[in-house]
Parts: sequence; structure tokens; C-alpha cells
Amino acid sequence: MEKIKILVLAKQVPDTRNVGKDAMKDDGTVNRGALPAIYNPDDLNALEMALEAKDRLGNAEVYVLTMGPTRAAEIIRESIYRGADEGYLLTDRKFAGSDTLATSYAISKAVKKIDPDLIFCGLQAIDGDTAQVGPQTAEKVDFPQITYVEKLVEISPTQITLKRRLERGVETVVAPLPALITVHGSANPCRARNVKRVMQYKHARTLTELKEENRENSELFKDRPYLKIEEWSVDTIQADDTHLGLSGSPTKVKTIDSVVLAQKENIVLTSSDADVEELMVDLLKSRVIG
Amino acid sequence: MANFYTDNENLRLQLDHPLMERIVKMKEEDYSFAKTEPIAPLNFEDAMDTYDKVLEVVGDICGEVIGPNAESVDQEGARVENGRVVYAKGTQENLKALTDAKLFGMSLPYKYGGLNLSMVPYVMSAELVSRADGGFANIWGLQDCAETIKEFASEEIKDEFLPRINQGATCSMDLTEPDAGSDLQAVQLKATWDEPNQVWRLNGVKRFITNGDADIKLVLARSEEGTKDGRGLSYFVYDKVDQGVTVRRVENKMGIKGSPTCELVFKNAPAKLVGSRRLGLIKYVMSLMNGARLGVGAQSVGISEAAYREAYKYATEREQFGKAIIHFPAVYELIQNMKAKIDASRSILYETARAVDMYKLIEEIGKTRTLTPEERAEMKHYTRIADALTPMLKLFSSEYCNQVCYDAIQVHGGTGFMKDFPVERMYRDARITSIYEGTSQLQVVAAIAAVIKNTYSDMIADYAAQPVTPEFESLKADLVRMAEEYEEARKIVTDMESNEALDFLARRLVEMAGHVVMTYILMLDAIRAGEKAPDLKRSAFTYHKMVRATHQAHFSYIKDFKVEDLDEYRQI
Repeated sequence: MEKIKILVLAKQVPDTRNVGKDAMKDDGTVNRGALPAIYNPDDLNALEMALEAKDRLGNAEVYVLTMGPTRAAEIIRESIYRGADEGYLLTDRKFAGSDTLATSYAISKAVKKIDPDLIFCGLQAIDGDTAQVGPQTAEKVDFPQITYVEKLVEISPTQITLKRRLERGVETVVAPLPALITVHGSANPCRARNVKRVMQYKHARTLTELKEENRENSELFKDRPYLKIEEWSVDTIQADDTHLGLSGSPTKVKTIDSVVLAQKENIVLTSSDADVEELMVDLLKSRVIG
Repeated sequence: MANFYTDNENLRLQLDHPLMERIVKMKEEDYSFAKTEPIAPLNFEDAMDTYDKVLEVVGDICGEVIGPNAESVDQEGARVENGRVVYAKGTQENLKALTDAKLFGMSLPYKYGGLNLSMVPYVMSAELVSRADGGFANIWGLQDCAETIKEFASEEIKDEFLPRINQGATCSMDLTEPDAGSDLQAVQLKATWDEPNQVWRLNGVKRFITNGDADIKLVLARSEEGTKDGRGLSYFVYDKVDQGVTVRRVENKMGIKGSPTCELVFKNAPAKLVGSRRLGLIKYVMSLMNGARLGVGAQSVGISEAAYREAYKYATEREQFGKAIIHFPAVYELIQNMKAKIDASRSILYETARAVDMYKLIEEIGKTRTLTPEERAEMKHYTRIADALTPMLKLFSSEYCNQVCYDAIQVHGGTGFMKDFPVERMYRDARITSIYEGTSQLQVVAAIAAVIKNTYSDMIADYAAQPVTPEFESLKADLVRMAEEYEEARKIVTDMESNEALDFLARRLVEMAGHVVMTYILMLDAIRAGEKAPDLKRSAFTYHKMVRATHQAHFSYIKDFKVEDLDEYRQI
């Protein structure tokens, strides 16, 4: 029987949770140089769910797809350390400036090339917080999508049962495969790195990385082909340039304001009738009571 | 994201020790494993990168899983159900995390599924796990038993048991019995040869067995009928799947509650002989014991580090009389002395680990070819150092661990006495470190041999021959003076020509040697670290001040002592 192909969509993001003074440039854009690049947190939950699915199915493989600059290969290595079988780095200058629509277009082209049975991705990335790329990709590859997933309940080669975390409660849904699942941050945290995999794959590199390190002729990579991380360009996935980058992105950022949240003035209330009356009116008006 | 490895620069410093290059080269058999083993390092730099990355994973699991679980594990404890141990929920999670990460069998060779790491990163991992949860460190640390199997068991037993370690099989070493504690020669658990089934059978009771319901057990038993002492004892390996051992009870302890301490009943339990008959206690257990003592050293340093960090944090946050309490001399002295004790303990911990690495690795080479005279001399040298440093490490680090935890509560004041802060748990966990794997008093018995045989004196001479930077010259001059006092004290005691007086004064002598040895190691580490770790420099100076005072007290006590004084102490 053919192996079930599970794909994880993961993104390298600036660590916006540890924002220092120089996190933003004067023009209001994110100063990526000042923030460490990390594995998008929700994507780690997605990777864990994918690995859990593999553990339960047995006959399955987990692939990771990430889009970004050369250094995003770190995401592939990190995924492999934690149990993923293989990864692809989608990288090309032509992707620069892509909004969610252009990104999901590129990803959908790569997904079609990989041809997975199941896709897991984080609900949203902490740099843009749009939560759009997952659903847009599902639409483009014509997979049913299950969003806000918190728990993998059951999986077989033909269908998957999941718990969704919604505002008003938990919903259990069943979907046929193939499907795309966006995973909520409250799902199981990702397992730690397996040190044997770290020891085996720490030298894994993309061709560009090897060139940067002047190691493209190293014997090590000839002897150990599994150390090669696939690098895909616009041509590899046969994408149409016009749908990519700035030209393929209808979202235009006009201005960015640096908003500093300040504590509003406190209202001092006494027990006088007038103050109590005023507070009651306020609370009624804002529908806190009544 | 808490990481107990990356948040402590002093650990990396120990990995950078110049001796590591030789240790790793021997461990990796000149990097020849890389040809066939995909996880083996290609060269020294690559090996150090691997050590760094593996420790980062250990530090991550300690900071994110084991540490956060420690409190619930302490509350829930381990229990016994139908003759089997049930670990606390947090303990189960810890075991799963470490098994999934393949962090068992760290020092075992590649061919048994191990990571083939040297003692240094293995001991460092033990320190990290202990900082996260002192009790859990026992369950994880008992993978030491695999070392004994590797060293002494037959190929057949090795092939059967060792590959299971990396898969997460837990171990225990079953030595103690109701009437055989410190005196293991009194062990009575009976081993009889079952001729029809071609297997040994174990019958009897073991007590105070840490992680007694482990998958793989090493059991000390009396195989020679009619014998009374250590020469009638052999060592056996028992597989839990074979059944025959039940857990009668789990002790209700003061601390390390997550680590199940079991009373076991052996009923015809089948077992296999490890090595040769009659060498159980005198050879194999002694070897295991040295490893275990190194482990308690790591555990002591880990628990101390955790308590120190809690105390430091509290002292900087808690304000009284208009300022943080760390600004009061009475408090900052406490805090700095805690730090100095930990840094000194850590320095001797890794010095010991390196010595163990060195002699064991040369010994390993000796199994494949004849050693050169230089190699033989070196092996002897490091064996001697390891044997002298191990009891000193265990004695000092565990006593300091107790002191550090005591002071950590003191810094917290009344709050520290409450269960709301983790120092209370650490204080309870610390208490066992100076008791098990040989009490402090028994470490003195082991260490006094190194006093008599000049081992410490020779080591001190070697340390004194190393150059120091100008800022440490006066400290070194005083160490030379302290060493002279130690020699004089030694002579005074030997001249008494009384074994009882020697036993009586032994602890003071061992401690005097320890003050000098440990200050030297710490100072040399501080010099090596330079600007990378200015805190070590402060620790070296303050540690010296602290131990110098004790040194003088010991010296004065010994000088004034008369053999007749013993009468004042003898009660019966």
C-alpha cells in the first residue's frame, strides 16, 4: 500500500513575542534584523499533529514545506530534528513582497507538485496574524478545510476526525481525505528534538547554503544524499510570475502607524448619588448591565 | 522558553576544557565511526557541536517539561498498586519526553543504540535534569547501570539488554537490604543455580531500592552458600518481563518523592550472572558505586543551582526597609557564598568527570591492543585521580547542597518556610544527597586513603606547578601556605600512631585537602574563563576566604588534639 503523504506548511517568523526597543524601524515596518527568526508557534502545533497522525497511521510520511529566504532552511532542519521525514524550501526573489493571495498561490502550486493526502498548517503566523494562507491554499487546491483544530481524535487512510476550538465551545468534525487542517495554538505542544536525528541531520543543507559555506564539493554530501534539502524556485513549481510578488498582491500597505497604547485617565468615583447615577448610565449604555 | 543549558555560561566553559580534545578523540576512536555511523561526528569541532546541540535539547526538556512538572510530582509522589510502581503523572511525562528525544544511553556505544557521549556531557545532563527535578534525576540517572553491564557482562547479555536502554528501558541497582546498608558484605538475598532451566534464581528481600520496579535490574546476591562476607556475593541482571519480583511497598520519604524507593520481594526470580561469580561486590559494585557517586555530585550541583537561582531572584525582588534585600551585607554574603560553593562544586565535578573519561577510555584502548608504557602510566595516573576526587566531590558537593538549600530558605525568610515557593521542596530533596550512595562519613573513609597515599599531596603539587595570572598570585601564595598546613596536620595525625585518632580526625584532614584542591581547580577554571565568566573570579576569591577560615579552625583543632581526648567522646 502506498504511504499516506502528510504535508506541514511552516513559516519562519520574527519573534514578535520578545519585542525590544529596536523592534520597529522609523518608518513603522518590522526590523527583522533585530528580532530572532523562529519557527512560527502555531506551525509547531501543526507539526506535532502531523507527527501524531503519522504515529497512528504507521504507513505515512511527513513532509514540510516552507517559503522564505535561504535561512528559512532552518525550519526544515528543525522539523526533521523533531521527526519530519523530508522538507522543501520554496525560495525565489520573485516571491518577495507577496501578500497572502500571492503566497497561497505559490504554495498551492508546490502542494500540487507534492500531491499530499493531508495538509496541516498553523492557524496563523505571529508576524502578520492574517490566518488567511491556510484557507486560501485549501481553496486553490480544492481540499476541504477544517480550521481552528485543537485535537486529532481519529485518523484512517480515508478520513479524519478532529476537535475544533471555537469561541462558544468545542466541535467534533469528520472529513474525508484529502483535507487541509489549520491548527490552533492550544493543540498539543510539539515534541522536543530527537537528539539522534539532530546528530544525523545537523549537516542538512540546501544547495545555496552549501555554496555560501563553500562546501558544494564536500564528500560528505556525496556520501550522504539524505543531507540535501530540496530548494524549489518559481520554475520548479511552474508558477506564473504575474501572480507572484508585488504584482500578484492586491493588498497594498498604504501607511503603517506606530500605535502606542497608553493607559486612559482613571475615573474617580465617590459614593455620591450623582457619581453612582453617572456610572449606572455608562454601564447601561455600554451594555455591561441591563 | 526556558533552557537550563543555554542560560548557564559556566557549563559551556567546562566543555571547552583543553583535555576534551583528547577525550573525544579516544571516545570516537579517532573519528573512525563516522564512516559507518550517520550520527557520529566527523572531527573534534563537529563533536563539540554535537555535544552543544544535544545539551541544548536536554536543557530545553528540563526547562519546559521536567522543571514545570517538579511540583506536581512532589505532591503526587510515586505509589504502589498490585505489586507494581505507578509513577506520578509528571514523571511519566518526563520519561516520555526523554525517551522520545532518545536521551537514554547517552554514553553507550553506537552499536548498542547509544549516543557514545563522553562522561562530561553525560554528567552535565545529569546536572541539568537535577536542577529541574532532583528526584527525577535518579530515575533518569540509573542508566548508569548500562555502563556496568557494558563493562563486565558477557557479549550475549550486552546484546540482550543494552539496545533497550536507548528505547527508554529504566534500570535499578538492587544492593541494600534490611540488614545490609552501609555494610554491603552482609547481603543475604540468595542466588541458586537452577540446573534444569539453566538459570539463576533469586530469593529474598531488598530494601530502599531506588526505582525498584525498573525494567532492568542489577542485583547483588549471595551465590556461594555458607559464605558470610563480600567474597560470596555475585552480581545478576534481571529482566522485569520474566517476573518474580514484586514491590511490597514504596517508602514515604522526606524528599525526592517522585523517585520511588521500594521494598522488593524476590520469589524464584530468574536472573543471569554478570561477569564472574564472587566478584559481585568487590569489583562490579565498587565500579558502579563510583559512577553513582559522580551522579550524586551532579545531582547536588543541580539542586544547588536551582535553589541559588530562586534565592537570587527573591533577594533582588523582595524589598524591605526601602530597598531590595540583596543590597544588605547579611544577604549578599549569603548569596555570594552560595554561588562560590556551587562554582567550586561544579569545578571539581567536571574535573572528576574528565579523569574518569581519561582512565576509562585508555582502559578501553587496552582491550584492543597492548598499551604503551606512557599510556599505562597515564591510565594509572587518572585512575588514581578519579578515585581520590570522587569521594571528595561527593562529600563536598552534597554537604554544600544542603547548606545552599538551607540558606536559600533563609534568604526567603518566612516565605521560604511555606510550600508556596520551590526552595522548600529543594531543601527536602537535598537532604538525601549526603546520605545515599555512601554517607558523608563513608566518603571520608574512602578519601582518607588518598590522604595517606599522598594522592592529594601529589595533585596539589601538580596544580601548584600551573602558571597563574598576576591577579591570582596572592591567592595562590596563600594556597601554598594552606597546603603546608595540610601537610603538617597530616604529620601530626600520623605521628599519633593511633588508628582511632586517625578515624576521628579523618574528616578534618580530608576537608583540609579538599579546601586546597577545590580552590585550585576553581581558580584554574576562573583563569581559563577570563572575561567570559567574571563571576568565577569572584567565586574563586570568596570561596578561598570562606574555606581558609574553616581550614584554620581544622588546623588548630588537630594541633591541639591529644589521643587521650578520645575518652571524652567515647560514650560506651
